[in-house]
Order: sequence, then C-alpha cells, then structure tokens
Amino acid sequence: MTSDEALVAYTLRLADNALVLSQRMLETVAAEPELEEELAHANFALDFIGQARMLYTQAGELEGQGRSEDDLAFMRDENEFRNLLLLEQPNGHFGDALVRQFLFEAFYLHLLEALTRCTDEGLSAIAVRALKEVQYHFRHSSQWMIRLGDGTELSHARVQASLNNAWRYTGEMFVADEIDLAIQENHGGPDLASIQKLWRRDVEKTVAEATLTLPDDEWMASGGKQGQHSEHFGFLIAEMQYLQRSFPGATW
Amino acid sequence: MYTQGLDQAGKEQREVAETADMLAAFQARIDAEEKIEAKDWMPEAYRRTLIRQISQHAHSEIIGMQPEGNWLTRAPSLKRKAILLAKVQDEAGHGLYLYSAAETLGVSRDQLVGDLLSGKAKYSSIFNYPTLSWADIGAVGWLVDGAAIMNQIPLCRCSYGPYARAMVRVCKEESFHQRQGFEIMLTLCRGTDEQKAMAQDALSRWWWPSLMMFGPNDSESKHSAQSMAWKIKRFTNDELRQKFVDVTVQQAEYLGISVPDKDLRFDESSGHHTFGEIDWQEFMDVIAGNGPCNKQRLEKRQAAHDDGAWVREAAQAYASKQAALAAA
Ligand SMILES: [Fe+2]
Ligand SMILES: [Fe+2]
Repeated sequence: MTSDEALVAYTLRLADNALVLSQRMLETVAAEPELEEELAHANFALDFIGQARMLYTQAGELEGQGRSEDDLAFMRDENEFRNLLLLEQPNGHFGDALVRQFLFEAFYLHLLEALTRCTDEGLSAIAVRALKEVQYHFRHSSQWMIRLGDGTELSHARVQASLNNAWRYTGEMFVADEIDLAIQENHGGPDLASIQKLWRRDVEKTVAEATLTLPDDEWMASGGKQGQHSEHFGFLIAEMQYLQRSFPGATW
Repeated sequence: MYTQGLDQAGKEQREVAETADMLAAFQARIDAEEKIEAKDWMPEAYRRTLIRQISQHAHSEIIGMQPEGNWLTRAPSLKRKAILLAKVQDEAGHGLYLYSAAETLGVSRDQLVGDLLSGKAKYSSIFNYPTLSWADIGAVGWLVDGAAIMNQIPLCRCSYGPYARAMVRVCKEESFHQRQGFEIMLTLCRGTDEQKAMAQDALSRWWWPSLMMFGPNDSESKHSAQSMAWKIKRFTNDELRQKFVDVTVQQAEYLGISVPDKDLRFDESSGHHTFGEIDWQEFMDVIAGNGPCNKQRLEKRQAAHDDGAWVREAAQAYASKQAALAAA
C-alpha cells in the first residue's frame, strides 16, 4: 500500500464513521424525549453529515478516479464501508444511543485533536473544523450521561446496562492496523495508544460523576475497520442507497 | 397555514368584568394597528382564539416533522439529506417558538401537548397524508410550505405581538423550504422520464390536500369574521387560496407537469384562475381523524412522548438534586 493509498483509506474510514453514525441518528428524528433535544440532535447529525461530505470529497480527490462524495456514500457495497462497529449498532432506547455517542465522541475528540497536527493539510483543515463541533457534542453527551446516571434509579440502571452492552465495541477504536500506522508514520497522524489513555481518562471521569461503574475489559468485537460488519448493517446501507441504486446515473 | 380554524370554539362567553367600554377601547387599539402584548388586557375570547390558533400551528410544525422525516434515511444525495434534515430541524424550532408564544397567553406547553395527544387539539390536515416517494419531499416543500407562507406572511402583522414576531422568523425559513422544494421538483422534471413521472405523481396527490390547507370556504368558516375584526387574520380563506392557486399554477407550467383539475382555467376578465370544487367530504373525513395517516401520526407522537418519559424524569431528578446541593 502506497502512502497515498493509505491516506485515501484512512480518510474514507473517517468519512464512513461520520456517515454511518449520522444515518443511525436520522432514525430517531421526531422521536426524541423533548423538543429541545430534538433541535440539538438534528444539529449534531447535521455536523456529522457535513464532516462526511468534506471527508468523502477529499478522499475522492486524493484517489483521483473521479468519484464524488455521493459515489462514495451510495455506490459502495456494505463490505467496502470501514466504519467502527460501535457506530452501526441499532439505536435501542435513548440511553443506548447516548452511550454509543458518548463513547465514540470521547475517542473522536482526541483523534481529531491529533489530526489537526498531521502533515496532510487537507485532513488537518477538516479536523480543525470538526473538532470544534465535536467538543460541543461531547459536552452535551457527557451531561446527559451524568443526568441519566445520577437521575432516577431506573435511569441509572438503564444507562449502566447500555454502557455494559456497548463496551465490547470500544476495543476496535484503539487497535492500530497498517493504515493507522502508515498515517502515523508518513503524515504525523495519531498514536492510538496515547489516544486510548486520554479516552479512558475522560470516560472514567464522566462515568464516575454519573455514579456509574466502568465495565471490565472483556472480549472485544472487531472487524468494522476491515469491512466485516454486523448483520443489521446491510439494512442500514440498503435503505440509505436505495434511490441511487434504483435509478443509476440519475441526478437528484 | 397550519391553522384551519377547526376546533369547536365552544361558547365564548364574555366574563362579567368585560364591560362594553373595555371592549370598545380594546377594539380601538386594534383598529389603530397597535400591537397587543402579553401583559396587556385582552378579551377572554381573543385570548382563547389565539391560544387555539397558535397551538394548532405549533402542533402542525411538530407533526409535520414526521412525513418529511420519513425520507431522511433515504434521501438520494448527501446534500439533499443535509438540506432535508436542516428543514426538519427548522420545523422543530418553529414548534418551539410557537409553543413559547402560546405560553405568553397563560397556558403551559405540557397542557398544549396533552391536548394534542388526547386528540382534543387539531393540527393541519395536510400532515395526515403520506410521503410515498422522494418527489413528495419536493412537493411538500413547494406546495405545503408554499401554502403556509401565503397564510403566514399576513400573520407577521397579526395584532398579537408575540405571535407576529414569531411569524417573522418562521416566514424567512418557510420561504427557504419552499424554494428548496421547488428546486427538488425542478431537478426531477429535468431528469429522466421516471423522475418526471415521480414529480407528476406527487403533484397529483398533493394538489387538492394543499388547497384544503386554507380551511373551509368563507361561507362555512366559523371564526373568520371575528378574527378579521381582531386583525388576527388579514385575508379570508378563499382569498388566500386564490392567491396560492394563481401563483402555483404558473410554477407547475414552468415545471411542465399538470395540475389535476379539469376545471382549471385562466379567466382573462378577472386575471385569476378559476378552479374545481374541493372534495369537502374528504376534508371533513381527514379532520375527523380518518385520513390516511392520522392514527399513525398521533401514535408515533404518543410513543415518542412515552418512550422519553424516563429520560425527562431523570433530567428533572438530577436537576432537583443539584438544586438541593446548591441550596445546602
Ligand atoms: Fe415550519
Ligand atoms: Fe417549513
């Protein structure tokens, strides 16, 4: 794999993360617990769609085969998507969706922060912009973790179960493969081991304030970064891509 | 135009305290185009009319998120997906300002939401129709937001200050929505034969329900005269509907798709389009709860409300604990 190929693959992974998470978030629009949360939720999903668009456009340009953001989002098969398994998990209830968001954002925040210092100018510029957005998201998701954890007995029990269930999907974030290593070596990209320390510190802090218990690190799922997804992922992709696939070549 | 004036108004009996002098002084302020503010004295019937109208409008914004949200996960490009999401978010924002405007009249959001869920309060009949294809997202923006603007621009001059001000903000966003919807239609109409057929089908299904958004004919409209006198309303249902038809028929011609009305023609002498009779039975059925999606829309709203209860309770419990800590 050349240095440029690694950069394309890496940028696509970031784009896939943002798109797949936003796609899940769209499923709960008009079903949030209160109107104020509806507005915040839509805002955050819009940020992720915006990030996906910038990243896909950049990946398409780097790749140089004329693929647009929409070609990359709508015309790749499910096993070509390289998002984290955590992000494709079904929404479940508000606490489940929140924990997914919180665990990812705690990671993504530090990843973006490191990427603002990478040597690829295009990627660092996107990271600067996305970082501002995700800092705000993370404050919001952390506050909800605390409210639910330290709210009622019921909310405490529910969000603790959500945390326990989602935990197995966190390991994958920190397992560096050849693409991660290539970005680190050739472009001054993030060191996932140090990101993991920062992630753990932030997660522990909020979990403690929420009076919740950090789950034990047991078996960790992986495969998303290599294109091996969960069974329900195919449905997410089929739904998202159906119009583009039904009318090939049409302009929308 | 999300307020069709549909609720049973009940007997709006004036309270004993409302003397003829007070009512005359109030009407004089209205006639002088003064804005009535939340703290000002107002007749009880004026207050109740506004609560009914503003809350119907707010509920319509919230229920309206459902038919549009139905295409968020399937929007055919990332740009369209983002635009549609921003639109649905705007509607949530409109709901929020409008509930706040209604709250200035002495009702709580909880009460208003309770009335929506119990079926006591109405919302615009238009949102009880399904969005069956991507072209429906275009048609809803073009026609439904278009009809909403026709009604809401005059509401920016409504005599009640908080409602008028909310409308100024809402109208700006609705006109974006209308243009974006038209742009979707234009793209489809300039696309493949299948896309153009999709656009035609959407217009065929949404045309009549859009005309119904303006409410009953003037001869049948219960609240019109009083609302006009109070300058809550500035134009009658039929005047607004005519204006909408005149503008929209030309736009359909530009798109190259046909309005499903065999009686439609341009009348040279009046300069207006004459059009066929609305199926008022269908309108009454939808209002009575028997539209294609009434049940589904309310069930979804109820489910979201119920599913969110534990979350709202947790937030409240946490806030009380924090308040207790701060006080200690
Ligand atoms: Fe609206
Ligand atoms: Fe709108």
